[in-house]
This record gives sequence, C-alpha cells and structure tokens, in this order.
Amino acid sequence: MVVNMADSDAREAVGDYKAGWHDPENSTIRFDAGLSEKVVRDISELKNEPEWMTEMRVKAFKHFDERPMPTWGNMSMLKQIDFESICYYLRSSKATENDWEDVPEDIRNTFDKLGIPDAEQKWLSGVTAQYESEAVYHSIREDLEKQGVIFLDMDSGLREYEELVKEWFGSVVPYSDNKFSALNTAVWSGGSFIYVPKGVHVELPVQAYFRINAKNMGQFERTLIIADEGSSIHYVEGCTAPTYSTDSLHSAVVELIALPGAHIRYSTVQNWSANVYNLVTKRGIAHEKAKIEWVDGNIGSKLTMKYPSVILKGEGSHAEVISVAYSGSGQHQDAGAKIHHLASNTTSKILSKSISKDGGRGSYRGLVKVSPKAENCKLNVVCDALILDEDSRSDTYPTMEVANPTARCEHEASVSKVSDNQLFYLMSRGHSEEEALALIVNGFFEPFTRELPMEYAVELNKLMALEMEGSIG
Amino acid sequence: MSKDLKLLNIQDLYACIDDTSILKGINLEIKPGEIHAIMGRNGSGKTTTANIIMGHPDYEVESGIVELNGENLLEMETWERAREGVFLSFQYPQSVPGLQVGNFLRKSVAAILGEEAAKGKEFRNKLKESMKELDIPSSFLGRYVNDGFSGGEKKRFEILQLMLMKPKLAILDETDSGLDIDGIRTVAKGINAAIRGTESGALIITHYSRILEHVKPDKIHVLISGKIVKTGGPELALELEERGYDWLEEGSED
Repeated sequence: MVVNMADSDAREAVGDYKAGWHDPENSTIRFDAGLSEKVVRDISELKNEPEWMTEMRVKAFKHFDERPMPTWGNMSMLKQIDFESICYYLRSSKATENDWEDVPEDIRNTFDKLGIPDAEQKWLSGVTAQYESEAVYHSIREDLEKQGVIFLDMDSGLREYEELVKEWFGSVVPYSDNKFSALNTAVWSGGSFIYVPKGVHVELPVQAYFRINAKNMGQFERTLIIADEGSSIHYVEGCTAPTYSTDSLHSAVVELIALPGAHIRYSTVQNWSANVYNLVTKRGIAHEKAKIEWVDGNIGSKLTMKYPSVILKGEGSHAEVISVAYSGSGQHQDAGAKIHHLASNTTSKILSKSISKDGGRGSYRGLVKVSPKAENCKLNVVCDALILDEDSRSDTYPTMEVANPTARCEHEASVSKVSDNQLFYLMSRGHSEEEALALIVNGFFEPFTRELPMEYAVELNKLMALEMEGSIG
Repeated sequence: MSKDLKLLNIQDLYACIDDTSILKGINLEIKPGEIHAIMGRNGSGKTTTANIIMGHPDYEVESGIVELNGENLLEMETWERAREGVFLSFQYPQSVPGLQVGNFLRKSVAAILGEEAAKGKEFRNKLKESMKELDIPSSFLGRYVNDGFSGGEKKRFEILQLMLMKPKLAILDETDSGLDIDGIRTVAKGINAAIRGTESGALIITHYSRILEHVKPDKIHVLISGKIVKTGGPELALELEERGYDWLEEGSED
C-alpha cells in the first residue's frame, strides 16, 4: 500500500508495482507446505497456547476441510488456489522488538523503504509491523499505555490478556462463518489485539502493516479490537508483497466490538501484488449509540473477496462502509459491504467506488438487512463505477432485505466512462493525457481519500497516478 | 514592434471531421497585443477553428499552417500547446467530479507556468484578486471543477483560469453566450485585464456584438461555410447586428 519513497527508485526496482521487491528469505522457522491437523497443532504448540485455543483451531480446521468452496464470487479463480503449495507458518525473526534497531537488518530495510518508521514518528500513536507470520516490531506511545490502552500483536494479547481474548475471540466472526474464516481460525498468527478503556479517545491513528516476503506464503493475521463505552480509536492498516509468478494467500479475520457510545474507524489500503489471493472476513458489532466505520481501499491482489460488515445491535447505532476498488489487468476485486439493522433508529451508509482498466473486473456485492423489529432505520447505498476501456468490466450485486416498513432506504448506482471531451479539457490546461486521466481517477476516488489520514491520501493519489501511466494507447 | 511579428499565423487551413469538410481555407493573422473576433452563424466553423488551434483529436487538419510565434502548433500535443501559451475558454466546460477547483488551478498553473508560479504568496494574491474581479466567492475553491456549476459560474471560471494562466493567445469560444448583461460585463473585464497592455492576443468567437462593445476588438472576421468572407474594424459588428449575415453570404458566392 502506502510506500513513501521516491517514485523513480521504486520504479527501477520493480516496474509498475512499487512494492514488489523481495528480501532473501532468512527464516528461523519454516513449516513445510501443506495443511493438516498436525500443522495446526504444531502452530499452536510452537506458540505455547492454552488448550482451548488449540481445540478451537482443530475444530476450525475440520470445518475448513469439510466446507466446500463458495459457489459465488469468482469461482474459477478460487478453484486455482492450491492449498497444498502454501506455507502456513514462517517466522523470520526471533522476537517482536520495540526498537527498530533490534529488528533484523533486511526486514528493517524493507519497512524503511515502506516508510513505516518515518510515519510512526510523524503521525501515529502506535505501530505493529508483521513480516510473514509474526509481528517483528511493536510499539505504542507511553501516554496511551498509561491510560490503559492495550495495543499488542494478537499472540502477545493471548498470552497477556487470556481472559479478555477468550471472551471475545470468535464472538463476531465464528470459525464456521465461512470457509476462509475457518482457515484463519485454524492457522492464525499475528494481527493486532486492541482494548480501549471507557471514555479514552486515542487521538492519532494506530497502524498495522502487513508484509509478505516469501514465495507461496500464507498470511493469516487475526485482529480483535474492543472499544469500551464512550471510547474511540482509528486503526489503519496497509499491506504489500513481492511480485512472484506463483500465488500467495492472505486470509485475515478482523473482529470489532464497539460498546455503547464507542467509535471505531478501521481504514485499510490494500496493495498486495497481483499474485496474492486476498480473502478476508471483516465484521463489527455496534452496541447502543456506537459507531463503526470501515474505510476500505483495494488496489492490489489477484482476487479480493471482502465485504466489511457491521451488525447494528444497539439502538441508535451507526455504520458506514466507504470503499474503493481498482482492478487492473488480471485482477478481480469483488468487494462490497454488509449491514444488519437489528435495532431501532439505526442508520447506515455505504459508498462504493470502483475503477476497472486493462481488462480488470470490479464487482460490488452488498447486502443490507433490516429486521422486523427494527423501527425507523435509515439506509443509504451509493455505488459508482468508472470503466476506463472496452475490455474492462464492472458488475453490481446489491441486495436489500427490508422487513420493517418504517425503514427509509435510498439506493443509487452509476456506471460511467471517461470521455474524450473531459480529457481534452484537462489537456488544454497543460496536463498530459496520463496526468489528465489521473486527475479524473483521483477525483472519482476523492470521497474515499478525504476520509483517509492525509499521508495515506497523498500516497494513494500517487499510486493511482502510477497506475495510469502507460495506460494511453 | 516588428511589423512582421505574428502571434498567431493561420494560412490556408483546411480541416474536416469524419470526412465532412468544415474549414475551407482559413487565413488569419493576429499580432501581439491584438484582439480579434470571429463572428458567424452556427455551423460556420467557428468552434472548429478554436478546437483545431487547441488540438482536439476529433478534427483532422487536411492542409495549412497554424503557428504561434513561428512555432508549428500542428505538430504539438494539446498539453504542449497549452504550455506554449495557447488557452481555450470552452463553450461547454467539462465537469470533473472530485477534483477541487483550488487544487485544479494550482496544478494547472504549475503545469503551464512552472511549479514556482503556483506557490507562495504571489500566486495566492493573484488568485484572490482575480476572483474578486470576477465576483467569485472564496467558497468556490472547495467545489469540484464545473460540477453543478450554473452556466454563468462556468463562464466566469473559464475567465478565472485565463487570468491565472497568462496565455500568449487566448481563444474565447462563445464565452458570452448564456450570460446576462452583468455577466458579460464581468467577463469582458476579465478578458481586458488579461490581454490589454500585454504582448498577448485574443481571439473571441461570438454570435453577438454585445461582448465586443466591452472588449473592443482590433479586427472582426466573418466566417461563413468555413471561409472568412469579410474582415473589418469594430464597426463591422454593428453592421452585422443590423443586417445579419445574408448580404455576406451572397457576396461570398461571387
């Protein structure tokens, strides 16, 4: 995703995709490729986990094994996943450090190139950096720690706060939710564990960065965020991987719990290389008057299937899902949102923007449900697609199931193309054709980028400008 | 100033769109500091002339010369022409949702006049001053380019760009159409501020003489069926207002 380096360096290094370099693999522990109950038990044993977690992993593995592949989305791409060729656990450093100096040099250089330490100093409350299966670096600002904010990698979270984890882990996304949530529960490693105490507002965002380096790697981080009553937090995540000719698999599960009056905003800019399957389950539960926002950008990957969800469980709670997807050559972004209005006076807003280019395919898949008992709900869904050439494709699969007549629903969808006259207008103002296209594309994404922290927005714009280069025939 | 110095030099220009011939031998010379006007009915080739000078991809130049200060514009891409100093005020400016006016102005000035010109106090002052002159409120800067603008707002925004981009040659394609008298006066003020007293020139394309009362062109050309059939001073505008184009049409057949 966000890569803070001079464009020229990056382009020399890896062509169009800026983050496609890889380090030599210096693994300290590497499991053989393939998945079995033994692999699952070995991961748990290696991590010295409590028995209940081992048992949950094994149950999840059995469910994964028995459960068929989804029969929707991009079935032909899903069929190509070779679960036996994937490495399910790989550790490249001995420990999670809290000083960048102690992180192995190769890995530190990679995160330097990605601009993480720099961003940490300038505008973040805390950072966790995951490399392959484990967090290699972790830190949180002291003042937040003093206020009782817990921000750990998930493994440390389980060790240090077992009771909290036991109470909430899998409570929002049970392993049996879908095939990939079962896979994640079986082999999870890394991810973030966050608890924000009552009334505490974490002003600056905390960031997690996920990097896959090895070939045929599987990354299965697990994130759990609990915002106690009246608290607030903004969590930002980014991810990149090297470009390889063989596929890697990223299958995360993210669970958010916003207790009464709490506010969680979760922002993602996903920029996996074009050989990564990105199959992620993200869901939050909003209690009374709580607010959950997913700000979700999908730029990279081979196939993404991701539908950030919110269960509006408490009266007066609010959900927002703002997402953008960019699909280039060989890519399919199947993204969207799910909202369940279970309580009265709940409101939700979905804004989905997708761009497809060079034969890429973007689909919006959304579900909004209003339960019979939920009175006076308001929901608003807007999906816009921009198609940049004849070879590309955009589809919309919106579903609304409204079982209460007092609900107010709005739905708008649009598909547009860039016109020659629009390009001519911008070119007459001194912008080359590629620059003009980038202005149009960045404008199209603007309702999304303005929700991101400034630094991310600037990088996203640069990223899109790079994607537009060489696109004019 | 040398007598031969030509800001814009168009010689024997023939052009077509989709095999339909539109311009049939245009000759036009504008010297530095001059303002010319082209008048004519709909479909006479006025907008085509403007689009060809700017390099619209839909038009094909069959033969002829189009030069700016002796440089061959026809060999340049549209953005190169813009950077060379050609500006077109569009009859129908395009909207770009999500692109903020302030950001667009800064980027465009930087593209045309260089990064330095779009930075600092000088740029901000010039922007503020020009907006004031055109009665554009500062809230305008946060809106999206031409998105939801009224007809009058679009035209004033074109002139704002003209004032900031300081072109050598400004082409104004029916900038007056759809404007009320106050609007025309405001826009004319902007054009005068940008061109008069400089080495730049302008080509005003219009149906009506009203804007010409406020801008006072040096020369007026009448375009009929892709040819300039008459050239005269400012008095020609009034004559056309009175007599229409028919008398010239007959004359052109001679």
